[in-house]
Amino acid sequence: MLLYTLRRILIMIPIMVMISVVVFALALAMPGDALSGQIDPANSDPEYIEEMRERLGLNDPVHVQYGRWMAGVVQWDFGRSFVHRMDVTEVIGQRLPNTILLSVLSLIITYILAFTMGRYAGRHPYTPGDYGIQGINYLMLAIPSFVAAIFAIFFFSFQLGWFPATGSVGSGVTAGTFEYYLSRLHHAALPALVLGGLTTASYTQFLRNDIIESSQKDYVRTARAKGTTENNIYNKHILRNSIIPIVTLFGFDIASIIGGAVIIETVFAYRGIGELLISSIDRRDSSVVVAVTLMLSVATLVGNLIADLVYGVVDPRIRVE
Amino acid sequence: MSNQEALLEIKNLHTGFDIGGETHHAVKDVSFSVKPREVVCVVGESGCGKSVMSLSIMKLLPKHNGKIDKGEILFKGKDLVPLNDKEMNQIRGKDISMIFQEPMTALNPVLTIGFQMDEVLINHTNAKKEEIRQKSISLLKQVGISRAEQIVHEYPHQLSGGMRQRVMIAMAIACQPQLLIADEPTTALDVTVQAQILELITKIQDEVGMAVMLITHDLGVVAEMADRVVVMYAGQVVEESDVDRIFYDPKHPYTRALLSSIPRMEEEKEVLNTIKGIVPSLKNMPEVGCRFVDRCPEAMPECRKIDPLLGETEKGHSVRCLLYDASKPEKKSEVR
Repeated sequence: MLLYTLRRILIMIPIMVMISVVVFALALAMPGDALSGQIDPANSDPEYIEEMRERLGLNDPVHVQYGRWMAGVVQWDFGRSFVHRMDVTEVIGQRLPNTILLSVLSLIITYILAFTMGRYAGRHPYTPGDYGIQGINYLMLAIPSFVAAIFAIFFFSFQLGWFPATGSVGSGVTAGTFEYYLSRLHHAALPALVLGGLTTASYTQFLRNDIIESSQKDYVRTARAKGTTENNIYNKHILRNSIIPIVTLFGFDIASIIGGAVIIETVFAYRGIGELLISSIDRRDSSVVVAVTLMLSVATLVGNLIADLVYGVVDPRIRVE
Repeated sequence: MSNQEALLEIKNLHTGFDIGGETHHAVKDVSFSVKPREVVCVVGESGCGKSVMSLSIMKLLPKHNGKIDKGEILFKGKDLVPLNDKEMNQIRGKDISMIFQEPMTALNPVLTIGFQMDEVLINHTNAKKEEIRQKSISLLKQVGISRAEQIVHEYPHQLSGGMRQRVMIAMAIACQPQLLIADEPTTALDVTVQAQILELITKIQDEVGMAVMLITHDLGVVAEMADRVVVMYAGQVVEESDVDRIFYDPKHPYTRALLSSIPRMEEEKEVLNTIKGIVPSLKNMPEVGCRFVDRCPEAMPECRKIDPLLGETEKGHSVRCLLYDASKPEKKSEVR
């Protein structure tokens, strides 16, 4: 198991290098560059500009630029954001806790909803309850997230006044106090609910279909022949098999914990990674775009690795010796 | 019939499946009984209702479309048909156990052998966890698994087919049942392993003192194991007798055809005897007349018009064929 994990991590290194090349190339392909953010805006003398280009290394061949950037990355230096006027690591560091809070909350909501509905629908297929659950699920799947988000803001924030409409923390609370954390939770709750609710469908359907399929299996008949109760059959024999496909989705979830939700964060003006990515693309803040993209790639790779390792835990047949 | 009381008595069992709104009977009017400590073999081709009959006894028919329409299944004098799942769970695995054809899929792939062994004991006893695990290990040893202490921590895919079937048997005998239903327990196994498993069943039957209902289409197995034989065809019992009379004095043309399709060492034949045609499907079952008529070498015109009855031609030997007076509807006195 340990050896397998190490090998997987080693394999990730060349993949990471390839990803970094692609990400860097994409950033270069974006119109505009960081130059204008790093020179004196009042001086438009072409000679001065050319001199600055040369000094900042923007005239160097691509591979030299890549080498310089990469040398920084391995030292945890992603350059400076010219929009925020600070180190990229610092910019991301400010946003990351917000995104993690939002994603973990929404994941918890997704899993609770999906497990409750999927288990019920799988155990009672083709009943009114099952059809109701499927109807709700497909409705949520069909609603675009920005529509749901705006509706949720209108209903829960403006009409009922239960949740704040935008932002990630209330104004006037001191950082570090209990009130501060409560306020952050309060701000994350509504976007998390929308995000969690909308992504429930695939989990529910996976679980439902797998439970129905598993309930026809020979081992279920064996369990019945032993006098095992229906509750134990569903909760132990079938559920233990049916969580296996859910693990695949879990791999993507890990990436989304860090990646955040671009649309939801933007609609709620929630200061997370997703919102940062969009605004940075808008302002051609390439060092931030590159860093966030790279981070998401790593998160996806790590997520897949964790999913593979979790697979071994839930399915003994593919356990690695 | 001896006057010894039957352990299991099936009376006029009808089991049907709903296919497209209509009920088709896979088991139609089956009656026979199993006495304590007796080995009864149920034989017949694929699709003749053997498995459905055995699942009916355990009430493990597919819930969405299979059901027992008529008849009684008396176990120690108590009818199982009206019992609900909760009441059946008291009996399943404790008084009546079952082992299945496919040991590869009959065990849950993601639960340890130990968990699955313990489960049957947890269901039916109040013993402590450690006692149950000890009992599971000793049961596994009883069925000839020497590495029992390690096996309980292993998963089904780590065992061979024969080993899995041994585990199934160990589970089935855990609560010392009075009846073991074995639905083609050796069909999916290698020939050498088949013999070992049959030997094991015989040995266990002796130790536990249980009756065995062995469902098979292998007449070699029947000759080896059976006290009595029930021959089924298309959902009906066509002949029932003790094993010697089935082999030396078969009455029903179907039984004779089955016997003649066994290859014999002393004969030199290019082509094996077969029974032409197949068992009619549930939807194409003839409404009146003998169900074997289309494949019967001795079919008579009245076979298509009259339903033959299962009647005793001599004591302990019943047959369902119009060649015999006992099967003709006029002689109602002998109808069981």
